Amino acid sequence: MNKKTTLIALLLLFTGVPLWANSAPSAADAMFTVNNTWMLVSAFLVFIMHLGFATLESGLTQSKNTVNILFKNVSIIAIGILTYAICGFNLMYPGEFNGLFGFAGFGIASPNGAAGLIEYADGAYTYFTDFIFQAMFAATAATIVSGAVAERIKLGSFLAFSTIYVALIYPIAGSWKWGGGWLDQMGFYDFAGSTLVHSVGGWAALIGAILLGPRLGKYGKNGAVKPIMGHNMPLAAIGVFLLWFGWYGFNGGSVLSADPGLVSLVFVTTTLAAAAGVIGAMLTSWGISRKPDLSMILNGSLAGLVGITAGADVISPMNAVIVGLLAGAIVVVSVMQLDKMKIDDPVGAISVHLVCGIWGTLAVGIFSPDHSVVTQAIGVVAYGIFCLICATIIFKAVTIFMGLRVSEEEEIIGLDIGEHDMESYAGFQIFSVE
Amino acid sequence: MKLIIAVIQPEELPYIKEELLKKEIYKFTITYAKGQGKEIPVQEVYRGLSHEITLLKKIRLEIAVNDEYVNAVVEAITAVAKKDGDKGRGKIFILPIEECIRIRTGEKGSDAIG
Repeated sequence: MNKKTTLIALLLLFTGVPLWANSAPSAADAMFTVNNTWMLVSAFLVFIMHLGFATLESGLTQSKNTVNILFKNVSIIAIGILTYAICGFNLMYPGEFNGLFGFAGFGIASPNGAAGLIEYADGAYTYFTDFIFQAMFAATAATIVSGAVAERIKLGSFLAFSTIYVALIYPIAGSWKWGGGWLDQMGFYDFAGSTLVHSVGGWAALIGAILLGPRLGKYGKNGAVKPIMGHNMPLAAIGVFLLWFGWYGFNGGSVLSADPGLVSLVFVTTTLAAAAGVIGAMLTSWGISRKPDLSMILNGSLAGLVGITAGADVISPMNAVIVGLLAGAIVVVSVMQLDKMKIDDPVGAISVHLVCGIWGTLAVGIFSPDHSVVTQAIGVVAYGIFCLICATIIFKAVTIFMGLRVSEEEEIIGLDIGEHDMESYAGFQIFSVE
Repeated sequence: MKLIIAVIQPEELPYIKEELLKKEIYKFTITYAKGQGKEIPVQEVYRGLSHEITLLKKIRLEIAVNDEYVNAVVEAITAVAKKDGDKGRGKIFILPIEECIRIRTGEKGSDAIG
């Protein structure tokens, strides 16, 4: 037995496909199992990114709002997955449609029954694998908003906004490219979602932060920008490592099979971009503020990851380093610029996901000879307009019915007590006001 | 020389600090404290159980000033704290100071306080 057949035999043994059944399993069956297993591994890698978001956002915000942040993060993954099962999946992948809007009906069910699972995607994965992998992505887009609006948005208003946005806007926007819609036909390229996931979430984060206004104490009387320190840098660092870890599934799974060449290339470009993002942010922040800033290199690695997400399979490894370096530099400048523009984003979500998402999408046109910058730009603008309009309407509607921002008094005491009557660090002395 | 000790509501601290700065009072110390007064106890919820908290978070503010600044300090604190008629807004205590020494220079008395 050569190495390959031994491996396949082992895999079959572990996955329970009978090796010595009446009809011997074909190589296609074996590849189906391998492909599908990798896609499921990717799905749970993307799942763990939600823990990353939860700890990153908790760490970069104040200790008096931790229960609130975690409540949002746990709720969002639940809402994202459930709405994706109810309507999102069939809005995003409606099958044959006019390219702009299509809906294949409520709920999920394998189109060909259990027997047709292998036919669903030519032996790459089953219908259910497709759903669960995509559902994790939907929840990711929704959770991006929570960091940017943290420490001042009413819990109910946030949940209402997120539910509508992830149930309708994210999948409709996604169908334009991944569902085979008009941007796909135009040649627009977004491998794993720099635009479709990160910018879509980022645009909503931007509108949310603008409509809410800055947190109390973020700006002095003369308009000077003041830092509001995050309360736990170890948690923030854990979050970034978990997000980086999960990104191997986010990008690696977006190959949509276990194709050895493509998956390994994507792993390399993803890793190089993340590493370069750290260095880009380090050089930029050290150069500008004269001190090496941990929170900035944390954002830098995520910036590199978001930047490479659109072109992880079509950008060469050395160009991925350039994409990551620039993303790391861009994120630092963007964080500082947003502060000056009085757009208060406690965790840097707008800079990481929106700004670097746009950069990554354009980078595909710059570094891949098969794609055009103009088409990429058209895609960026189209998503920008659609998401800005929809996010504004939903936020305004939510504001009318439920209000948007907590009272000044509640903001000072903290949303843990204000929204939940619960402390995040009972037994600790928390310095909640200064 | 007087030592003013005020027990205040935590959420009022940012505003009181602002008022004090307006009246050119720059030096003070705060301690995160817990206290119990006449206010209605706070209800917190944990795993479905509601529980009453009577010892509430307060800020203990200590300001040492020369006599002519005492009124200014009291005004600064009460200006913020008198917003509503609720009980439990805290108290201000004024104590005489026997001596004050600046550690760096060894100056004593009124000079050291200012």
